[in-house]
Amino acid sequence: MSLEEQFDVLIIGCGMSGIAAGIRLSMYQKRVLIVDSHNAPGGLNGFYFKDGRKFDVGLHAVTNYVEPGIKGTPLQKLLRQLRINRDELDLCPQWGSRIAFPEVSLRFTNDFTVLEQEIAEAFPAQIDRFRRFVQHMDAFDALAYEGPVLSARSELGAYISDPLLVDMLMCPLCYYGSARNDNDMDFDQFIVMFRSVFREGFCRPFEGVRKIIKVLLDRYRSLGGKRKMGCGVARLLKDGQRIAGAVLEDGSQVYADLVLSSAGLGETLKLVDAALVPTHNIGTMSFVESIQVISNQPESLGMDDTIVFFSRSDKFRYETPAEPLDLGSGVICVPNNYAFGSDRALPEGMIRITAQADYNYWSRLNDADYLRSKEEWFMRLQQVLTFAYPKLDLAALNRQELARDVFTPKTVERFTRHFNGAVYGAPQKKKSGQTDYENLILIGTDQGFLGIIGSLLSGISMANRYGLTGI
Amino acid sequence: MTKEECKQIVLDIIAEIAADEDLSNVKPDVRLRDQLDLDSMDFLDIVMELRKQHGIEVPEEDYMQLASLDSCAEYLTPKFNS
Ligand SMILES: Cc1cc2nc3c(=O)[nH]c(=O)nc-3n(C[C@H](O)[C@H](O)[C@H](O)COP(=O)(O)OP(=O)(O)OC[C@H]3O[C@@H](n4cnc5c(N)ncnc54)[C@H](O)[C@@H]3O)c2cc1C
Repeated sequence: MSLEEQFDVLIIGCGMSGIAAGIRLSMYQKRVLIVDSHNAPGGLNGFYFKDGRKFDVGLHAVTNYVEPGIKGTPLQKLLRQLRINRDELDLCPQWGSRIAFPEVSLRFTNDFTVLEQEIAEAFPAQIDRFRRFVQHMDAFDALAYEGPVLSARSELGAYISDPLLVDMLMCPLCYYGSARNDNDMDFDQFIVMFRSVFREGFCRPFEGVRKIIKVLLDRYRSLGGKRKMGCGVARLLKDGQRIAGAVLEDGSQVYADLVLSSAGLGETLKLVDAALVPTHNIGTMSFVESIQVISNQPESLGMDDTIVFFSRSDKFRYETPAEPLDLGSGVICVPNNYAFGSDRALPEGMIRITAQADYNYWSRLNDADYLRSKEEWFMRLQQVLTFAYPKLDLAALNRQELARDVFTPKTVERFTRHFNGAVYGAPQKKKSGQTDYENLILIGTDQGFLGIIGSLLSGISMANRYGLTGI
Repeated sequence: MTKEECKQIVLDIIAEIAADEDLSNVKPDVRLRDQLDLDSMDFLDIVMELRKQHGIEVPEEDYMQLASLDSCAEYLTPKFNS
């Protein structure tokens, strides 16, 4: 075996969690190889080119925004751990977002008191209950929690007696971080997301996710970390209770003392032996997202929120839809609506709409039907804009159109290889990262920290625990 | 190496791993955690940097010896000099 093929750590996946883990380990002289079946880095939060335009795959918002200088927060911790200067990321705060239900709207910004104020006005009988619920969450150590799964809905329901407010709070947090398909969320996950979205907030680098990936990869490269792209792991080689190494898709073999995988729980075990896939723990929640590029700033058409989480009925549904797309609720994101500074604006307007989708429908279409369905559902999805913006003139909007794209559960599958194109992976997470094999550890989505900030922290903490302090 | 030099080495490491901390007034006899925003991940990094930059090993059961600058000097100086 040549030295080239022997590593201290093999990392599966060059997404956020994989790169973060790679940086931590190479900082302390571990010989690390990151492999990814994709050519482009970033995983689900990557970017791609279409008709000469750059599109971010997933990015609506970087969560967990806090003002510079605020310490003890996830953002500050991860910058420290990766030795990245915050200014490099060019994080620009949101203008403001909204939860829109038929009769009630709640605004929120990166200042938590705005949401409290909005709740006090719209739900005067609930505000004290809401504050007690926030204290209840504070007393709970969500990061260390390894106990039985608690339902976020029941915990919320024990404090808040108006079901409308319960659903309004669930809506954004399910969309940004629930792998479950039963209208609920694990309570510990809810607490993490509540902090990420409401108590801290949203931001975006002017250049989008590319900026983050570039800073991370530059750091990894400068530490001597190696990558092999466009060549995934075909098989993991077991040796008793350990994993000895991997056969890559080009037939080559690599050996490592530790394997960190961001491919997902079942997806990783399948690389060892298909019989190991836990069939009862496979995610199904997937999304369609439409992207429309227009010539003007969306604000000029009255779209002045950064993100709108909407439900067209008082009862918010979060479950695998029976239809190709559930138009009952969704997320509308306008990447232009961040405070980039007075001298900068994105050159084109962009509107992204996300809704829950049925993987089985999208995955079974032939190429021609797939393209036709994308067109058809683009038009139908666009109609929801008038729920969030009743005065919007859709014809005027479409006259400004420069480009469009639609992203389906098949796209998610292509970017992540997750079963069912499940955006947030398996419903039951493995917080310890451990699998049946002592040196095979999960990072990222199925370890349980979601989103950009979550997956970066997951990569860092698993690398620290298993790569730097020994197994 | 003197104890003072040893404290400076620890301070230099902290400046590197926690560039956003103000280290101009660190009191040697007060726990680092009580005057700076350092968590267990930062302490892991102090240990890792001691190994990387100076070849000094601090086993996990001795982490609490790094609580303050004084205790760091007490614990680390003999290691530097041996
Ligand atoms: C439409 C959409 C919008 C989103 N918006 C946001 C947002 O605004 N903010 C936010 O914080 N999060 C957002 N997310 C979620 C976020 O993208 C993910 O939570 C995060 O990127 C997960 O990172 P990860 O490292 O865990 O996994 P991934 O990004 O899934 O990376 C896993 C990598 O592993 C690779 N891989 C899989 N199998 C193999 C194999 N066998 N061999 C080699 N490589 C393999 C894949 O190619 C992939 O690159 C969004 C997601 C979607 C779908």
